Parts: sequence; C-alpha cells; structure tokens
Amino acid sequence: MTEFIHHIPALIIVIPLLWGFATPLIGRLSKKGMYAWVVTALAITEALTIAQIYLVLTQGTQVYVMGGATYNTTIPPDSGGIPVRIILTVDAFSAFMAFTAATVTLAGGIYSITSEEGTSGESMYYTLLLLMLSGMLGMVMTGDLFNFFVFLEINSLASAGLIAYRVGKGISVEAAFKYAIISSVGALIYLFGVGILYGEYDALNLAMVASRMQFTGLDKVVMALFTVALAMKAGSVPLHYWVPDAYGKAPGAISAILVTASQASLYALFRVCFSLFGLGSNTLTTGWFLISLGLLSMFVGVTMALIQTDIKRLMAYHAISQTGYMLLGVGVGLATLGTAAFSQYGLQAMEGGIFHIINHAMYKGLLFLTAGAVIYRLGTSDLNKMGGLAHNMKYTTVFFMIGALSIAGIPPFNGFASKLMIYESTYLFNPILSIIAIVVSVLTLASFVKVFHSAFMGPKLYDVKEVPKAMLVGMAILTSLIILFGLFPNIAIQYLVGPAAKALANQAAYISSVMGGA
Amino acid sequence: MVGALNTYVTPSGFWNPILWLIAFLISLLLAYIIWSRGEKSYKKETEQVKPFFAGNVIESKERAHVRAHNIYWGFVEALRPYYMALKRIHTGDVNDYVAWFIGVTSFMLIIYFLWGVKP
Amino acid sequence: MLGNLPYITVVIVAGIGIYAMMWKRNLIKVVIGVSLLESAVNLFLVSLGYRAGGVAPIYTNAPSTKMVLPTPQALTLTSIVIGVAVDALLLSFCVVIYRHYGTLDPRKVRRLRG
Repeated sequence: MTEFIHHIPALIIVIPLLWGFATPLIGRLSKKGMYAWVVTALAITEALTIAQIYLVLTQGTQVYVMGGATYNTTIPPDSGGIPVRIILTVDAFSAFMAFTAATVTLAGGIYSITSEEGTSGESMYYTLLLLMLSGMLGMVMTGDLFNFFVFLEINSLASAGLIAYRVGKGISVEAAFKYAIISSVGALIYLFGVGILYGEYDALNLAMVASRMQFTGLDKVVMALFTVALAMKAGSVPLHYWVPDAYGKAPGAISAILVTASQASLYALFRVCFSLFGLGSNTLTTGWFLISLGLLSMFVGVTMALIQTDIKRLMAYHAISQTGYMLLGVGVGLATLGTAAFSQYGLQAMEGGIFHIINHAMYKGLLFLTAGAVIYRLGTSDLNKMGGLAHNMKYTTVFFMIGALSIAGIPPFNGFASKLMIYESTYLFNPILSIIAIVVSVLTLASFVKVFHSAFMGPKLYDVKEVPKAMLVGMAILTSLIILFGLFPNIAIQYLVGPAAKALANQAAYISSVMGGA
Repeated sequence: MVGALNTYVTPSGFWNPILWLIAFLISLLLAYIIWSRGEKSYKKETEQVKPFFAGNVIESKERAHVRAHNIYWGFVEALRPYYMALKRIHTGDVNDYVAWFIGVTSFMLIIYFLWGVKP
Repeated sequence: MLGNLPYITVVIVAGIGIYAMMWKRNLIKVVIGVSLLESAVNLFLVSLGYRAGGVAPIYTNAPSTKMVLPTPQALTLTSIVIGVAVDALLLSFCVVIYRHYGTLDPRKVRRLRG
C-alpha cells in the first residue's frame, strides 16, 4: 500500500490515457458499458488527485521518476549529477491544478452522456475527452520542459478534434482550424525556446535549468518565447482571438473543459515566471507583463462580451475577462516578489489569483454547461431567438443564476471571496488596478443580466422540457463546489490555495525538490 | 457554524459568508414585512396585469419581450468609436491571429532585452 | 561560419514558414507554413546535438568516445511524430472547410468574428 501511494502522480496521467484508448473497444460491445467505463476512469482520476493533494500537504512536494530504478531517485548515481530521466514534480500548485482539471472533466463527462447521445463517433468523443484530460494533467504535473511540450500537443490535438466534433455546416471546423493553427504555432515557438535552453544548459528538467540559469542574451529570447506562447495558450488579450471561436463553437461540455485546458497553460506561464526565471530575472518587468495582459484581458474581454448575441461566444469573452483577474493577482505577486511588500500584500494577491483559477473553472464550467443545456433544448445559440426558458427549465435556470452571480462576484458565492482578495491586495499595490477590476466586475454582472433577461425571463416562447438527468448531475457537481467554496472560503484557502501560492513563490524549494540539498 | 473555518480575515476586515447569509435573510424578512403592508388594490385577472409599454397598445405578451440585441443599446452607442476599433481588430482572419502572436513576441523580445534581467 | 550554417538555415526556414502563415491567402499554404516552422524547429534541435566527427550514440563499446548527443535526436523524433499528427489534422480540417464553404481563402473563411 505504501508502495502504491508513491505511484499516484504517474497513475493520474496514465489512467485517462490508457482508458481513453480502450474506450472505442468497449463502445463496440455496449453503449452503457462505455459510459460506465468513462465515468469510472474520470472518478478514479478525481479520487487520485484528491489523494495527491493529501499526499502533498502531508509529505511535501512529490517527485516521480519515469522509468527509474526507484520512484524518487531524481539523480541517478552514474549520471554525473544530472536528472536524466523524465521527472514529474508535483508541488501544492500542481496538485491544486490537477484537482481543478479532474473535477471539471468529471462534471463534463457525466454531462456528455446525454448531451452527446446519438451523435456519430460517440466513442471517439470519449477517447478524445480522456486524452484531453490526460494532456492537461500531464501539463500541470510534469517537471520536464520537453515533456510539457508533448502533453501540450496531446491536449491541443484532442481539443481541436473535440471543437470540430459537431461540424455545424463547417463553422465548428473553422473554429477548430484556427485553434489548431494558433496552438501548434505557439507550441512550436515554445519548443524553440526549449531547444535554446537545452543548447545552453544541457538539461531539460525545469529545476535543473533553473539552478543553472545565467540570464544571457539567449535567455532573454527564451523569456519572450515562453511567456508570450503560454500567455497566448492561456487566452489573454491581445492574443485571445482563438478563444471566442473555439469556446463558442465546441460542444457545451468541451467548452467547460477547454477552460481548464487554458488554465493548464496559465499554470505553465506562472511556473515559468516564478520557478524557471524567478528572482534572477527582473520580476518587475515580468510582473508588469502579466499585470498589463491582465488589465487588457479584463477590460477588452468584458466590453466585447457585452455586445455579443451568441450565448456561448458571450461567455467565451467572459472567460478571457476572468483570466485577466488571475493574471492581475499573480502578476502583482510577481512584481512584489522578494521585497517587503510581498508578505504585506503580494502573497495575498497571489492567493486571490490562484483561488480565482479554481473558482473560475467551477463557475465558468457551470455556465458553459447551462448554455449547452439551453442549446440542447432550443437548437440555437442565438440570444435574440431565446426567451422565457425559466418557465420550463427550472433547474437550469437556478444553476445559471448561481453561476452568473458567482462570476459577477456577488456574495455568498465563491467568485466573491477570490475577487475580494484581489481587490484588497491590488489596492495596496496600485489603487487604479483595483478600481478597474471592480468596474469590470460590474460590467460582468451587467452582461449576465442581459443573458438572464433575454434567455430565461419574459413570456413563454418555447414549449420545451427540462434537460435530462445526467446533464443536471454534471451541473449539480459544479454548483455544489461553488456553494462549498462560497460558504467556506477558508477551507479552500487553507488546504488548496495557500499552500499552492507558497509553493509557487518559493523557487528554491522547487529546485531542491529535484536537485536535492538546498 | 460561525467559526474559524469560514471566516476569512483580510487586512482591512473579515469576510464571513454565514454572517452575510443571516444578514441577508433578516433583510429579506424586513422587505417582506414592508411589502405585506403595501398596496391592497392590486387585482389579478384585470387590466393591471398587462405589460405597460409607454402607453402603446401591445398585441401580445410574446412581442413585449425585449430581445438581446436591444439591451444596452445606449451604452454601445455611447462607446461607438471604441467598439468600432475593437471590431476592426477582431477580423476572424487566421493570418491576423498569427501576426498578432508574432508581433507581441517581437515586442516582448525588445522589452526583455531592455529590462528583462535585474541590473 | 560553416558550423553555423544549420542555424542560418533554421532562421531562413522558420522565416519562410512565418511569412506563409502571416501573408498567404490560402489555408493549405498556411498549413505549409506551420509545417515549415516544424521543420525549422526539428533542424534546430538536431543540429544542437551534433558534434563534429561524432558517431551515432548507439554503441556500447564505441569505436571513439566522441558521440553526437542522443537526447536532441529523441526530442526530434518525438517532435516529428507530433508534427505529422498536427499536419494531418490541419489538412483534414481544410478538406471539411472546403466542402462546406467552397473556398480556402482566409478572408472568406471567417464567419466567426466580432
């Protein structure tokens, strides 16, 4: 049993990967069996990520050496002091991200059982869904720069396939094409940076490279390549153009999971800024890079959302806008890193930004699922044609209200807690940032009032039924987490967010977890 | 219920959702009391339930529903130059997507070369 | 100078790829641009690991101790495999787009905008 515990990081990646490839086989035997198979895989992954959080909290950062003689010999004795194998490095931040990704995918997977029922190639859908999950989990848990690229491509390819899943007269395919082009360009630019780092430092392990980092001119090139490519994958303005296309045209459950896929890139952006470059780089520059991207994303995202008439495209612009909050919070933390201000408010800003990641994954996931439910019943995503859905779809309406109130930061839902942390700490850093954040929050509420009014309120225009149970269960999972984190923010801050922020800020601990010593 | 587990202490105060909920319920109760003592002449099944649209006659309830593209018309109209500029940027052309990416990368290359590393 | 030739080639190929992606008005040509960028990165990785006069890193009892680095070759192989998958996916998207839109001009393939 104790031996098994140490293999959890590897199992979390391997289970969705292998079960995904087995899914079409099971699907040929029985449809019901396939659903059970997929949900079991998702549930096991979810359970393992929770176990992993417990493990990281009690035993500290976990390392797992792929193919090593023992699981934790990061530097084999005959390697000359270089971590030669692929190493998974799971600290509190990685464990936190893995939990977020697994939870949303679990909800999305259950939701898909009825929402994608009867479409052709259903078993491929679940294969790609599990591959996407595996890619995300790999991205957040790997400690190897090249390995990250591989998982990034696994995730991008699976996502592109899923975005195009409903061809929709070619429009979904157009969205998928744009997404695939831009993400493969981003991944190649990232790989170029990995090559430069390998040429300089003869290592691919993130901790190893960080410990050898010299900040030569080439490293500045790498900084630009890494930060911009990952910021683009995270969907921040002005590199956000693929987001409304991809999120807007994917099936409902996939849009929800794509949010966490973008967040896996956001994780990598933060990881690169903090753990790879860290205090050696000018944290004021990298910090303000994140802050300015955050401000642009927040403002442009929400103002573009306000004029949309397609329900999912509108929500996609909100996803951009909310990503801005995370960039703002963590950017303030990065800009103050290593100064006295960090313990004063920088750490709190980071906690707010990181807390917003999980909150955003939950409520935006929920909102995309409700949008999917509306489209499932009406067959259109045009807000102009909607109205009066609250008469029939009572549960969906309640779920939508909870999600909308949460994204607007209305207490007592979870969006409020994280936004409060960001407002308070950025106010100490620079009051203007905090004021912009609050204005954006107001505009967010305004545009969700628009959606709520035009889709759910008003006279009965359509005689539709409530969506089937499996879709409601998927939404209920996310809703219960929103309420839990809303009513007990300290549970999340104490066990998930606080350790994650501290782990991210502590570059030395990250390096020593792989390189040993300190 | 009101304990350390759900009280988040911030530098300038604290946030407790349970206390907030209690306050919210009390204010709901107050609102209900005020409402219950209000206008008694409202009757269902009469003219009073019809939607009022600036004195115009409305043929049907369905047509009274304000559609999405009409909402915030004034706001968008007031910010017209801003929205025109934004719409011009969002071309949907895949060439432009790549161009923005390359452009921002080159911009950040310059920034990092100037101020990327602590002096 | 001659030793830097691979790197100069990398820059030229990547430049052509980026040019194709930014200015070519045909989705197939955009895909070719992605493919060129892939080749440039692969060439870059392989030439990083090259040592003049080295042998392939596959011998246990090597004739000379000088070997080219194995890691970049492993990376390049992985990257090539991924690149093939990306190209195949992108081209199949092109096929479906052409079937539904009747054009591959990016100025016309933009029903999603605003």
